[in-house]
Formats: sequence, structure tokens, C-alpha cells
Amino acid sequence: MTVPLIQFIDIMKSFGTDHVLKGVNLSIYKGEIIAIIGKSGTGKSVLLKHIIGLVQQDSGQILINGVPLHQLSVEEKISFQKELSYMFQDNALFDFMTIYDNIALPLVENSNFPKNQVKEKVFTRMKQLGLTGTEKKFPAQLSGGMRKRVALARALVTDPKIVLFDEPTTGLDPVRKKDVHSMIQEYQEKFEFTAVIVTHDIPQIFDLVQRIAMLDDGIIKFEGSKEDIFDSHSKILDTFVGGEDV
Amino acid sequence: MLVKLIEKVGSKIIKLLESIGRIVIFFWTGVMNIFIAPVQFAKIIDHTWFIGSKSIFVIILTGLFTGMVLGLQGYYSLLQFGSEAALGSAVSLTLIRELGPVFTAIMVTARAGSAMAAEIGVMRISEQIDALKTMHINPVRFLFTPRIIASIISFPLLTALFNVVGIIGGFISGSIMLGLNRYVYMDTVIKSIQMQDISGGFYKSFVFAVVVTTTCCYRGFYTHLYSGFGARGVSLSTTNAVVQSCIFIFIFDYIITFFLV
Repeated sequence: MTVPLIQFIDIMKSFGTDHVLKGVNLSIYKGEIIAIIGKSGTGKSVLLKHIIGLVQQDSGQILINGVPLHQLSVEEKISFQKELSYMFQDNALFDFMTIYDNIALPLVENSNFPKNQVKEKVFTRMKQLGLTGTEKKFPAQLSGGMRKRVALARALVTDPKIVLFDEPTTGLDPVRKKDVHSMIQEYQEKFEFTAVIVTHDIPQIFDLVQRIAMLDDGIIKFEGSKEDIFDSHSKILDTFVGGEDV
Repeated sequence: MLVKLIEKVGSKIIKLLESIGRIVIFFWTGVMNIFIAPVQFAKIIDHTWFIGSKSIFVIILTGLFTGMVLGLQGYYSLLQFGSEAALGSAVSLTLIRELGPVFTAIMVTARAGSAMAAEIGVMRISEQIDALKTMHINPVRFLFTPRIIASIISFPLLTALFNVVGIIGGFISGSIMLGLNRYVYMDTVIKSIQMQDISGGFYKSFVFAVVVTTTCCYRGFYTHLYSGFGARGVSLSTTNAVVQSCIFIFIFDYIITFFLV
């Protein structure tokens, strides 16, 4: 049996009296694209932030290749975290930096790449995402959709092995949404990274992902393939996917 | 009732100790990163320009008028004792020992310190600091370390500028406007200033640079913990940063003066 790349076991997280995660169990396998769906405010982003270490669980375990995260040595933790990349829901671009500097930042700060190599990598990503010509602009000078693509370019510029997407297509028009989905698929096939996508793009996301997990009321209510969704006859899932109030 | 009171006091003490621990770790991380390669030259130059160069005008303006007021007040006070010839000495020593470092620090706090707290606070609430962490960039090194170096460079230089302009201000009101002999004024300035006065003033400006930058950056960095989220959180942390910096300036001014005299 394949050992999951990342496994959540009974993850609980509260903020004050607000119990966001009430025992999440979820497995993420190497090389797959998995979508986490659920109503707004159910803790999907919080769950994602546990992987990258921005949020610590109150109880439960996170296993990396079968080893509890807290048992990894400092070097192993750093090495794992360097394989990760995160795309924020609100982009989290640096307002005082140009688009070029925003995308180049992880390379400039963490690697010894020569300047021309950094430039080449950044311009390649910019071209792939239709951002050519914006390199000297600042985030505030771009539209919401373009800022989203800049955030995507920054997330992919380091060629990560695991990419965590927090609502990557929010605010994009249908054409751009499709472009972003295609790009994630293309890159995933090319670089074979593992992608975890928190999204509300239903049913479009079904064409992109191999598996879907539904978070509701602090726990994973469904985990399976697209076909499993239609076979599940789960009322909560059906009503959510159908766009009705659960 | 008593248990509740003890709980409340205990909780306050724990919060205070947590805050002290947090600020010590924040400061220590920032300072240690000064010595870790690569040196962030571009950022240091950028912040030195913002904290130092862009404060020059306001320092000249406040220094000039402070010196002029000192000249005016000092002249009439000294005149009562027939000692108006000592005006240059009074103005220069007051400026170099006390007013120069303190006023410079307060003006830079108002102009650059508030901007530091607000900018870092906005970065906190818009997840830019989290984004740095996800890119494996140490946010304290990225945001605080270049600013503290820039402040350590800028504060003493701005203090020196304030002192020189202040002495000129005293000259304008004392000699040009009130008729004190200009050679007497300049002679007393030169003869009364000792090296220890200048170095004492610079020790103060060095300490103020560290205190102001740490307070302002720390307040911005932990906006979400102390002031909440959103625009109101940032405005509150900026106000707190400025007020606390000013209080710390006066407290440290007394402490340093106590050891210098």
C-alpha cells in the first residue's frame, strides 16, 4: 500500500472558542492533484496552512512520508519545507516591489543563481502566464486577475515539488480560470508536483483533479474520486456540488 | 472573588512575560542577522535613504527653530545676570548634550518610525509576512535587520545636523537679531564644547536608534497580537509605536545622562 506523502490524523484546531477543525483525517499522495472543497469559512485554508507550518494544530498528527512531522530532524523539516510552495488567497504580493522583483524574490533570497539565470526563470514564468510587459509595474497597477497570475508565477518560479493553492482562480474571468487550470495541469504533468487546491470552482475543478475531499463542520465528510462523488449519494455532497444550501 | 482577581493578575503577568520574551527574541534575531551573510546592501541603502535622507528637511527646520528659541530665551535669561556672552556655550551644550539627540529621535520617530510600524503592520494583515515564511525567508531578517542598521547610520548623522543647525539658529537670534557680538558667540561655542559632550550625544542617538526602530518594527510585526486586524489594527499599532517610542526616548535619555554625568 502506498504511503501518503502527507497525512492528517485527527487534526484539531481552535481559535479561541471557535472550533475550526474537529478531527480532520486526510491523505495526500505523491504526484496527485487533490481539491479540498467546502463552504466558505469551514477551515479549508487553515488546513492548508498546517502543511506549510503557518498554523500549528492543537492536537492530532501530520505525517510526512509516514513520519510524524515533529519527529523529523531540523534538516529534514527544512528540506521538506523547501519543496513546498504556497499561493495565497489574497495573493500576498509585496506592494513596494515591482512585478519582476515579486516573482524573483524567492530565488534572489534563497539561491545562489546568477542574476541572468534568475532573470531567465522569471521571464519564462511571466511569458507562460501572460505577464510579459508588466515587469516594471507594481501590484497596485494591475487588475485583480493579473495579480493572481503574478502570485501564481511566484509560487511556481522555484520549481516546487508540492504546491498548495488557496483559491487560485478567485476573481478571474472564466477564460482566465480555464487558463490557470490548464496551466496547473500542464505544470503538474511536466514537473510531477503534488498539488493541493482549495477551491470553489465546481464543477470545473473536476476536470483537473484526481481526488476531491470535502470539508464540512470541521471534518472531512467525503474523500474520493470524481466518479465516487456521483456514486456516493451523500446528501451534503450532492447539495453542495449542486449549489444548494446544505 | 479573590480567585478571579488572582486569575486576572496572573493572566496579565503571563501576558507581560510573553511580550518581554517576544520582544527579546525579535530584537536578538534581528541583531544576530546583521552578522549573517549576505549583507543586505540594497535594502540598507534604501532604508537609510528613507530614514536619513528624507528626514533632513524636517531636522533642519526643527533644529533651526529650536536653536533660535534657545538663543532668544537664553539671551534674555543670561542678560539678567550680565552673562549674555555665555549664550553660545549655553545653546551649544544644551543642544549637543540633550536636545539634539532627543528632538532628532522624536522627529524621526514621527516621520520614519510611524511609517515603519504602518508598513510592517499592513504586511502582517495582508499575509505578506506569512508569504515570506512560505518562501523560507526569515521575516525578521528581511524587515527589521536592514532598518536597524539604517537607523544606526542615520540617527547620529541627523543628530549632528540638528546640532549644527541649532547652533546656527542660536547665532541668528542671539547675534544677528539681538546684537550679541558674533565672535563672542562663536568663541564660546568652540571653547565650551568638549569631546565627551559630543560622544555622549552620539551614545544617546545610537541607543535611541535601536530603541525606536525595535519598538516601531515590533509593534508593526505583531499588529495582529496587540491591536487586531484591519485598518484600525494598523492605525492602533502605529499610534502605540510612536507613543511608546517617545516614552522610551525620555526614559533612556535619563538613564544615559545619569551614567554620563
